[in-house]
Amino acid sequence: MEEKLTLFKNRKRFGIEKNIDIIFKNTTLVLSSFVAIILLGIILVVFFQSFESFSKYGLKFLFTSEWNPVKDEYGAFAAIYGTVITSLFSIFITIPLGVGTAIFITEDFAPKIIREIIGSFVELLAAIPSVVLGLWAIFVMEPFCRGFFALLHSWFSWIPLFSSEPTGRNSLLAILILVVMLLPIVTSISRDTLNQVPKKLRSASYGIGASRWKTIFSVILPAALSGIMAGVLLALGRAMGETMAVTMIIGNSNAFSWSLLSPGYTISSMLANQFGEADGTQVSSLFYAAFILMILSLLVNIFAQFLVKRFSLKYG
Amino acid sequence: MQNHNLFYQNKSSRNITDIFLTSISFLFALFAILPLFLVVSYILFKGGSQINLDLFTLEPNPPGDEFSAGGINPALVGTLIITSIASLIAIPIGMGGGIYLAEYSKGGLFARFIRFGVNVLAGVPSIIAGVFIYALIVSTKIIFGSTYSGLAGGIALSILMLPSVIKTTDEGLKLVPNELRQASLGIGASMYTTILRITLPAAFRSIATGVVLGIARAAGETAPLIFTALFSYYYVSGFEDLFYEMGSLSVLIYNFALEPYDVQNKLAWAASFILVLSILFVNIFARILANITTNEKRI
Amino acid sequence: MIKNKKQKNKIISLDNVSISYGSFEVVKNIFCDFKKGCITSLIGPSGCGKSTVLRSLNRMNDLIPNCSLKGTVMFDGINIYDKKIDPVEVRRRIGMVFQQPNPFPKSIYENIAFGARINGYVGNMDELVENSLIKAALWDECKDKLDDSGYSLSGGQQQRLCIARTIAIEPQVILMDEPCSALDPISTLKIEETMHELKKNFTIIIVTHNMQQALRVSDMTAFFNAIEYEEGDGGKIGYLAEYGSTSKIFNSPKEKSTQEYISGKFG
Repeated sequence: MEEKLTLFKNRKRFGIEKNIDIIFKNTTLVLSSFVAIILLGIILVVFFQSFESFSKYGLKFLFTSEWNPVKDEYGAFAAIYGTVITSLFSIFITIPLGVGTAIFITEDFAPKIIREIIGSFVELLAAIPSVVLGLWAIFVMEPFCRGFFALLHSWFSWIPLFSSEPTGRNSLLAILILVVMLLPIVTSISRDTLNQVPKKLRSASYGIGASRWKTIFSVILPAALSGIMAGVLLALGRAMGETMAVTMIIGNSNAFSWSLLSPGYTISSMLANQFGEADGTQVSSLFYAAFILMILSLLVNIFAQFLVKRFSLKYG
Repeated sequence: MQNHNLFYQNKSSRNITDIFLTSISFLFALFAILPLFLVVSYILFKGGSQINLDLFTLEPNPPGDEFSAGGINPALVGTLIITSIASLIAIPIGMGGGIYLAEYSKGGLFARFIRFGVNVLAGVPSIIAGVFIYALIVSTKIIFGSTYSGLAGGIALSILMLPSVIKTTDEGLKLVPNELRQASLGIGASMYTTILRITLPAAFRSIATGVVLGIARAAGETAPLIFTALFSYYYVSGFEDLFYEMGSLSVLIYNFALEPYDVQNKLAWAASFILVLSILFVNIFARILANITTNEKRI
Repeated sequence: MIKNKKQKNKIISLDNVSISYGSFEVVKNIFCDFKKGCITSLIGPSGCGKSTVLRSLNRMNDLIPNCSLKGTVMFDGINIYDKKIDPVEVRRRIGMVFQQPNPFPKSIYENIAFGARINGYVGNMDELVENSLIKAALWDECKDKLDDSGYSLSGGQQQRLCIARTIAIEPQVILMDEPCSALDPISTLKIEETMHELKKNFTIIIVTHNMQQALRVSDMTAFFNAIEYEEGDGGKIGYLAEYGSTSKIFNSPKEKSTQEYISGKFG
């Protein structure tokens, strides 16, 4: 190709420009693979660090709640139970609150400005650091709840979950503070999902004379179900891994108890509490517990992503 | 015909149910914003009363001093340093990765895998990031033989920031209309010129908003720091302090909230006041900025 | 000797070109020589692949995932789909104007200067901007507001700005993909006038849905049509049905389908 137009000096791309183009592309390629490297790194490092404890205690680790650095005996059952029970209870309390709020925001019950303000307040709640919620829980929520917990115990002590005398910090407080942290997640994802449900579904339902709530329950919520479920699962993953607020309020006791009114433990609070001062098999056992936490939250998250994809395939 | 009329009937069970359910959803909405008010008002009330000049300039006193807890200067400076380190690592990597996903990948298998990985990494508990950096950097003393350090804390935080930076970059760039990209390539611009001069500037505001929100979130994180940066009572006085234990507002709140002494607790409230107010301020500012952007696009 | 003369006269030639998205073939077996210094229109019913063919001429299709091309596209005697060819350089010689006006979110001046600068222009930039705007018949309307955003112009003006931007890099060929489909009739006429002016210096290939426009502006016309797959799953595949001088295509077409399309029986 012969060049006649002399005013354009690099019509022909010179080596430098072409190379910059290639280098730029490959740099971004390498940078994007960092995510995979880090993720893989986390899984491998935590796995190998837990190996010593794994080979020593095997699966017994999951079912015993002995945690004795002196005797070198470790079992994470109490922490696993605490993780599962606090996250499940908190998510079950959050679902109606969060979805109800999302419905209130997306329907035209109140003027738009009020709904928008409520929506952004809920999102601001998500911005408050977990450690600050923990501080608030210790000094405000715990004293406030004491009388209520005593009543709960005196009425329902025949239920194992409320069988113990309430003692200061306990699992139920952790559940309550988790609800505060999960609310923004469930609300905002439910709201986005509800907004994405096609308008014509609603018109169709109104068109055949269904009332508003009939429409919400039998048309809109079912259509949004997989999206809301995904939000719920993301929140569940968050609840299992949540550390600071829970550590500050749960009481941190490895003595196993069914009761929510006695001090408990979660895997993440155990890590936060002991990791700094542990050595030997204890470190490896903590890594083992961390590995379990990671697997749990990975499973929940992957399933959530699967649901997100399914919802966006339906209405994306 | 005689039993039917079209007037609104207050007492029909259908209308009563509707009103009842509407009230419930309103109650839930109120309940959902209640914690924000309670927490913020306590912080303003309990923390606001502690604010004075000493707070910003002094070192915290070790627990046991019953009269004065000192200030939070090292923690404040530490939070700024650690968050800056995290941003310096996560923003270039995240933006680069986001650029690759949005501009080059063409939605292939690799890109789908990376997007999946981004979502998974975003769901990894923050304490795990701390554990990971502890095993990788702190216990191996890989950075000039230092163990707990502000640098390690910053690296741990950057792991948490990374997914959000990639996501905002990816999504921000995907919102840039393809016509703009074609226009640039159609007059013979190289891909990198197109990205740096046309698409990135067009997506700048939405990316900046997301990144700023990510930084604000990182500034309040505690779990990744408690055994990477640990804590320090002493002023940050020079560059070499990066390689030693470093305080931060969030770890200060954690440590001092659990102390039995009232003065320390008060210091925790004061630190919360500063932390929460700056985070809320940044959040509101970023949201307003984002709103302006979307309104402009509508016009 | 005759063959040589013919060679000189053509600027782009398609030799047995087939284009597909993934496993889905869009157009098949296209043979076509575009003449230098002419305006050629590509017409045909929607889905016949004429835009795809146009975009293959400066390798804009590279940007679409899974898009692949078989055959050769010769430009100035070089196959632009050769592995050694840099698509960016191809686009510097074969510019493109798109269906939707797409100015950059920059000032009018910068919209034109941007392309010239990345092409390494070393002449007087003010002069180039002025000349390009004059050639695109936009100068009188915007000479006083060169620092305003490109978006401050009307749709038709924006499209002429995009033409000016393309002219500014002085390509040998300008491709236009339904440049007037988003515009009102008056803007359309203005752009057609502009094209007549541009013919003096550039080769133009234009895709249009508007047969009157093809008749008004072009010297040559290529009629594309689509047939259903033989296997018959409803999919269609495009092909070049007839190619010749515009007057011939419109007055005495050889193919029955051309006749029918031009008289408005389908499309």
